Amino acid sequence: MLKLENLSKVYKVGTFGGQELRAVSEVSFEAADGEVISLIGESGSGKSTIGKLILRLITPTGGRITFDGVDVGGLKGAAFKEYYRRVQGVFQDPFSSYNPIFKADRVFHNVRQEFFPRVPPAEWHDKVCRSLEAVGLNPEHVLNKFPHQLSGGQLQRFLIARALLLDIRFLVADEIISMLDASTRIDVLNLLADLKARGLSILFITHDLSLANYISERAVILYRGCVAEMGATGKIFEQPQHPYTRMLMASVPRLDKKWSVGEPAPKVVPAKLTAGCVYFDRCPLPAKDADCAVTRPPLIEVSPDHRVACSKL
Amino acid sequence: MSLQVDNLRVYYQTLRGDVKALDGATFAVADDEIMGLAGESGCGKTTLGHSLIRLAAPMRYVEGRVTLDGDELPVWDSARMNEFRFKRVSIIPQYAMNALNPTRKIGRMIAELLESRGVTYKSIEPELRRRLDLVKLVHSVLDLYPIELSGGMKQRMVMVISTLLDPSLLIADEITSALDVSSQKAVAEMLVEFRNRGFVKSMIVVTHDISVLYQIADTILIMYAGKLAEKAPTETIIHAPRHPYTRLLISSLPEIGVKYADTRLTGIPGNPPLLLAPPIGCRFRERCPVAFDKCREEPPFIEIAPGHFIACWQESGTHAQA
Repeated sequence: MLKLENLSKVYKVGTFGGQELRAVSEVSFEAADGEVISLIGESGSGKSTIGKLILRLITPTGGRITFDGVDVGGLKGAAFKEYYRRVQGVFQDPFSSYNPIFKADRVFHNVRQEFFPRVPPAEWHDKVCRSLEAVGLNPEHVLNKFPHQLSGGQLQRFLIARALLLDIRFLVADEIISMLDASTRIDVLNLLADLKARGLSILFITHDLSLANYISERAVILYRGCVAEMGATGKIFEQPQHPYTRMLMASVPRLDKKWSVGEPAPKVVPAKLTAGCVYFDRCPLPAKDADCAVTRPPLIEVSPDHRVACSKL
Repeated sequence: MSLQVDNLRVYYQTLRGDVKALDGATFAVADDEIMGLAGESGCGKTTLGHSLIRLAAPMRYVEGRVTLDGDELPVWDSARMNEFRFKRVSIIPQYAMNALNPTRKIGRMIAELLESRGVTYKSIEPELRRRLDLVKLVHSVLDLYPIELSGGMKQRMVMVISTLLDPSLLIADEITSALDVSSQKAVAEMLVEFRNRGFVKSMIVVTHDISVLYQIADTILIMYAGKLAEKAPTETIIHAPRHPYTRLLISSLPEIGVKYADTRLTGIPGNPPLLLAPPIGCRFRERCPVAFDKCREEPPFIEIAPGHFIACWQESGTHAQA
């Protein structure tokens, strides 16, 4: 349904924009109906940039995104608006997604003004209530309140309810769980899973691997804008192949096992863009050689629906 | 006994009355102990951490005693606390990355900080350099402005500065929360290393991430709505919790290997009470699956096994009878 083909985004940075920062580099993947794809990586790996590119908040430097076969980059006017009826996003910080001087329901009024101006008020109210119930909120308790009167979990569900007012088919969920408490976290996660069961596709952007494993059937591991490993979640979590994925897995704090002794490779900020493997500076594999530093490894299929970008496996 | 807190109450003053954010905390942290402090947002964990070092308005000291290595900490008197701050009690703030003065080079900032505490930079410099080596920072960072450091470098720098005078008590406030898994592991392990090398005697690690605490803490204290719920050795809290709140909290954590399709985890229904006028009796009563009549009275925080404290009638009641 939603397809990314060789998507790239380069930012101009430094004084006078003299340097380039490759935030996303030739990323391709596809989301089917009712599928949850997790986008996993450290900070700075380009995962949020991909979310913003899909929502067309920024324009790609290369490659394209297609939705049902139509190039998203070329949409204009009514067709572009129609795209937002189908594709919506929810972001990390629920508190800064609202204007604190207006009541929280204003996000619903905005949707009505923009997309449903002809719907009668009573019918609209019904629709809002149904949408709120779908995300597990009691409309009587949450409507007509200011953002500070609602909890983080409620505000986050409010935003999902807002997205559900439109006939969305694809939701970009950018770190929507990370600011919530453990006890409400799982409720929002279960909500996403319920929505998925109703046919919604979700791009679940996170750095928490246990959450990603809980909800998604496919995962894309990103490192500095490049896909390091992708495929079925079960395979990636049970048999991580790329040294980067393995390092991430070993760093996850778990309740059944203590961290093994030994420090993870510290983050290195490479001086310049490399044509070779982006993970070269941190790679602990004894097999790594000069070739790794100059040739970027392609994604190789190691088993069905499991691809890894490492030439030394 | 390094830190002893007795019946500490700290409220927030608001126009509508006092918010009872910390309502009677009694606990101890031993020498060389890393105590994790966990709970939902608004449970009072940050208030507890901050009241041990800087109890400033709108926080209001109500009652309680804090002793550190046998000396009473004048937590209610901000001016007198200055004697203790940085030297004997220190904190790594939540947004460590923004804790450095942007207008000073780091070395100069440290020198000014030390002077304000009556310590000369010269006397501490060799130790400072040794510790920079330990956290893998090059010595030249001292000649840089904070803006020239990456987030992770600033975090390590703040950790070194906070512990430079070997405090007895270090409070780490949500320092791993904003980091990704690999940086989280590095920072958490560094805390343990600092304790092992004796830079810090005891530590309170405030976080909502219990799985990080399981990795590094010796004991865990769980708070709920301004009250202490349970304190026990880490293994006990994770594998054999007794308080119903702790049990629900632990069971709501997704683990690697758990999939939605196989096991659907559940959260804790309901919301914590508002602390402006908290309910009388056990504050978890409304959400508790095992609440009974007795819970209308406030449960005491008592020791039911060596080192295992709990505030719950279900558990402590049966224990008292037995």
